[in-house]
This record gives sequence, structure tokens and C-alpha cells, in this order.
Amino acid sequence: MTSSTELDQERIQLLEERARFVRTETVRLIDIAKTGHYASTFSCAEIFAVLYYDILRLRRGEPDWPQRDRFLLGKGHAAVGLYPLLADWGFVDHEVLNGYTRLGNPLGDHPDMVNVPGIDFSSGSLGHNLSVGLGMALGARYASEPFDVYVLLGDGEQEEGQVWEAAMAAAHHDVRNLIAIVDRNKYSLDGPTDEINQVEPLPDKWRAFGWNVHEVDGHDIVALTTLLRSIRDGERTAPTVVIAHTVKGKGVSFMEEEFGWHLGWLDTEDERDVHRELEARK
Amino acid sequence: MSTITADTPVGGLPGRRGNSWQLTDLLEQAPGFTALSSTLADLTDEGHPIVVGTADLKFSNGLVRYQQRHPDRFLQFGISEQNMVSAAAGLAATGLQVHVATFASFLALLCAEQIRTDTAYTKLPVRLIGHHTGITLGFYGTSHHATEDLAITRSIANLTVVAPADPRQLSCMLRASVDVPGPMYFRIGRGRDPEVYGAEDLADFSLGRAIRHGAGEDLAIIATGSMVHPALAAAERLRAEGVSVGVVDMHTIKPFDTDTVVDVARAARNVLTVEEHNVIGGLGSAVAEALAEAGVSVNFRRHGIADQYSLVGPPTHLYRHYQLDADGIAAVARQLLG
Repeated sequence: MTSSTELDQERIQLLEERARFVRTETVRLIDIAKTGHYASTFSCAEIFAVLYYDILRLRRGEPDWPQRDRFLLGKGHAAVGLYPLLADWGFVDHEVLNGYTRLGNPLGDHPDMVNVPGIDFSSGSLGHNLSVGLGMALGARYASEPFDVYVLLGDGEQEEGQVWEAAMAAAHHDVRNLIAIVDRNKYSLDGPTDEINQVEPLPDKWRAFGWNVHEVDGHDIVALTTLLRSIRDGERTAPTVVIAHTVKGKGVSFMEEEFGWHLGWLDTEDERDVHRELEARK
Repeated sequence: MSTITADTPVGGLPGRRGNSWQLTDLLEQAPGFTALSSTLADLTDEGHPIVVGTADLKFSNGLVRYQQRHPDRFLQFGISEQNMVSAAAGLAATGLQVHVATFASFLALLCAEQIRTDTAYTKLPVRLIGHHTGITLGFYGTSHHATEDLAITRSIANLTVVAPADPRQLSCMLRASVDVPGPMYFRIGRGRDPEVYGAEDLADFSLGRAIRHGAGEDLAIIATGSMVHPALAAAERLRAEGVSVGVVDMHTIKPFDTDTVVDVARAARNVLTVEEHNVIGGLGSAVAEALAEAGVSVNFRRHGIADQYSLVGPPTHLYRHYQLDADGIAAVARQLLG
């Protein structure tokens, strides 16, 4: 956690490097599984990096520290990008990380709180985690030291009715320590969300449900960090949602805006190209 | 408009007119729900980290009484049952013992996946109170009947499933639940189940251990929840006719007391299961599985709702129609005995 609102160059470089780390590790781990959600993870790589290396109050090697900020990955299919960060924080053993999805390994395509230290709640069935986050945020009221609860939702996930049950209840119960981030990458499995089931106007919807709404470029490290710091450290008057405008598949030219890469596998040659492209972005 | 405060007399909210009655007056008629609220409130007083929630049914399940005693521990989720169950899991993940209550038809069917994924797989101490189970909501219709909830909840790993026979047993179960680390499903009726047990009868109550009421060589009746009282009354009638009959109160459906079932079945020539539930997937199925796996051969019948949707009607009329009252159970038993 860093309290300064001024972002120095060193911090920006660190966060950019961590976002690149999310992408390269995602490619490496999916190669073990031979199938995975590249594009859905690439769209939230900067969000993961900023949360885990600037925003969340965490303690290295202490995944169960009671006062930690909670992070729930509503869009659980992006877990492959989260596991390397949990390993980096000392929550998950590197040997375990390297056995991603292999028989009996705790790390599957979707996050599992029962078997993975550092996963604050399981997900995989879309639409549940904002409710769970609401419960945790309410639970913080009974805790000796309150914490914040961050929930990263997919934009396709906005189609789930339970999201709006939770949104309504969170505003009603005035749960100000609940912060939702919507990864607005504009695609779900079958195509563009605008064509599948129109989720817009998202800001108006959240506003109408009583939330404070912010919009940001979800790949702009400076803007994202500055905004999340201001939310974390500022006075809150309601639950907060950040709609992060992102690009599905961001960082790999042939995956960007190509919804087929929601799920897939790269063969050796393509994987080499991807690494070359990610390195070139330094 | 009336509001509830700590001073509001139960069942006597402002607005009562003569002999007319309103929703809140129902509270006076439901000792089962009085037991629910008062036990939870007592446990809270004793320092247990309890939180109680409902989905716009605090008068129907009487939890308004809990709210009166512990307003800061009561959460109104409104009409959003799935959100309530997932939020209960989130609350439990912060160290609280969370009790959420709504109609069993909504809780066990609408929220089956939230129960499975968010509370049971995760082994969190959420207490799911499904009330107005079976056909107790009589003429409210199929949407409000719950004759599948045992089948659903019984198949969810890590979930303890109980069905108290009366208010006192419900209180015992709530007290015992304090030591249960995982989630529990409570199958309770409309709070009006007649008393089965006296104050001393449940001194050695234990979750997972069935209660035997006598032993029978001709017939063993195994009943659960609301059917324990009429099964005991049916057994009285049969005894008067010279039948040797024992009754088992199978208050815990999971973990299942296989030993008791096998024991009574080996001692009796006939076994009859009685439940306010579809005969598929509930108590009768559990008993059949236990007997088959133990290699017990016995004349056997499952009695309940025969894989159909109940008619509408007043509950007492429905019990008579489906032979789920004392006379009906006795009649079914006589058929079985031949």
C-alpha cells in the first residue's frame, strides 16, 4: 500500500512490469494446461498489477491476515493471471504454480478458496461474487478493524441478475467499503456484449442503483492507479464502481478485439511471437 | 404506518381491528418461529457471533422478534434470495455464524447453486433456514410448495440437513449447530407443528442420532420433521389394534443414521417411511439406500407425495387427502401389513 497520490516514475515502471509479468505468466501457464483464457486475462492485467502492487493492503506470506483488503475475482476465468501474483506474494508455492491444472493441483481455471491460499473467495459461476463481497463488506462492520472489499466483474457478468440484486442491496445498506471494478472489454464468449445482450448504458445503470461511478482507461497505469488511490484514501459516500474500459486480448496484436481468443492455446511458434511482442512493449 | 420497535408487543401491532387479523397476528400462532427467534437471540446474548437475515419474510418466519432483540445483528436483504445466500457466505467468510431464512421452495430450489458453490463447497458456517416446507403453504400453490428440498440438499456434499419435529427440537438443533463448522440446511414447517417432546425428552439430543420411540416387531415407521407427530399418533392407533410398532424420528437426514435404520429394520417385518416430501430423493430414498447396502430384506414402503404436484387446499385438508395425517398413515401401514 502506498498512500502518496503522486506516482513516481519508478512506481509506474514497476506496475508496467508487473502487468507484463501477468501476461507472460499467463502464456506460460496456459501452455501447461493446453487451453485457457488468454484474452480475458490480458484485458485486466493492469488492473491486477495496480491492485496487488499499489492498492490492496496485504501482508507478504500472510494470506489469512484478518485485516487485509479482500479481492474477489468475479470473472473467475481470469484466475490464471492472478496465480502468479499470489505466488509472488508468498501465498502459493512456485512448485504448485508450475503444476497449474495438472491432476490434483489446487490451481484450476477458476479460483478455489478451499485449496488456494490468497484466494479470498471461490468463483466460476458468474454473478455470485458481488453478493459475496457485499457479505464480506457487511462482515467488516463486525470486525475489530474494517477492511475494503474489491470485486472484479466481467462486463458479460453484468448480464447476471444477481449482480443487480447485490448492487441494490449494497446501496441500500450503505456499504461504502465495497468497490466493484468492471472489466469492460466488450466481449464475452459468443461475441461482442453489445450484440449478445446489451449491457449499456452501464454508468447510468450503476448510478441508478445508488453507486458512485467512475470510468477509466483500464490499461493506463497512471490513470488507474491515481483513481484507485483516490477512492481508497478519499471520503466515500456510497459503494463505488469503476468501469475500466479495456481491450480484450490487450498486448498481443492478433488477439486484440478477436473474441475467439477468449479461450484457446498457442503453439510453440506463436507463443514465441507473443513473448517477443510483449517484450517489445517495454 | 406501523414500525417495529423493541417495545412492540408481539402479534399486536397497531392497526388491529376487532376480530379481523393481519399478517403480524400470525406470530401469535407459530411457536416454532418463536423458538427460532428466541433461541438465536439467546445464542447471540451468550456471545456467539450470530447474524440473521431474511428476504422480506420477517413476519412469516417470525424473525422480527430476533430483530427486536438484536437490531444490529439483523439484515434485511429484501426479495433477493440468491443475493442473500451468497452474501451470507461472504459474511461467514469473515468469521460470523450466519442464519438466513426464507420459504424452502425459494431457498432450496432457487438458490441451489448458491448453496452448493458458495456455502457448501466452501464449508462456511451458514445456516440455511428453509421454512414452510412441504405442502404447508397449501392453497398458495405449487410455486410455494417444497417437496424437493430434501432431495436437492441431501445431494450437496458438506451440507448437514436436519428436519426438526417440533419447536423444542428446533431449539436443540440451533444450539447444537454452534459446534458445526460447515453449513446446515434446516427444514422447518410453518411454525405450528404440535409439541412432540417435553422439556426433559431431549436432554441427550445429538445431531445425526435418530430418536427411537418404542420398538416394533411388526412394523417400524421412520418419519422426519412434520411427520413425526402424526406417525406417533398413527402408531398409537395401530398398537390399540394389537400391532407391534416402533417409530423412529429421523431428525437428521444428513449425516444419516444408518445404524438405527438397519437395526430397526432387522427387528421388524415391515418398514414404512413417512415424509412431507416427494417419495423420490428424500427420507424414503435414504432409508432404501441404507437397507439395500446393508443387505436387509424387508417389506418396505415409501409414503409421502407420490412424485406429483400437490393440489391446492388448506394444509389440514391436504394432509388428509394425501394420507399424511395420523389416520392416513395408519391406513397406509395397515395396507403394508396386509
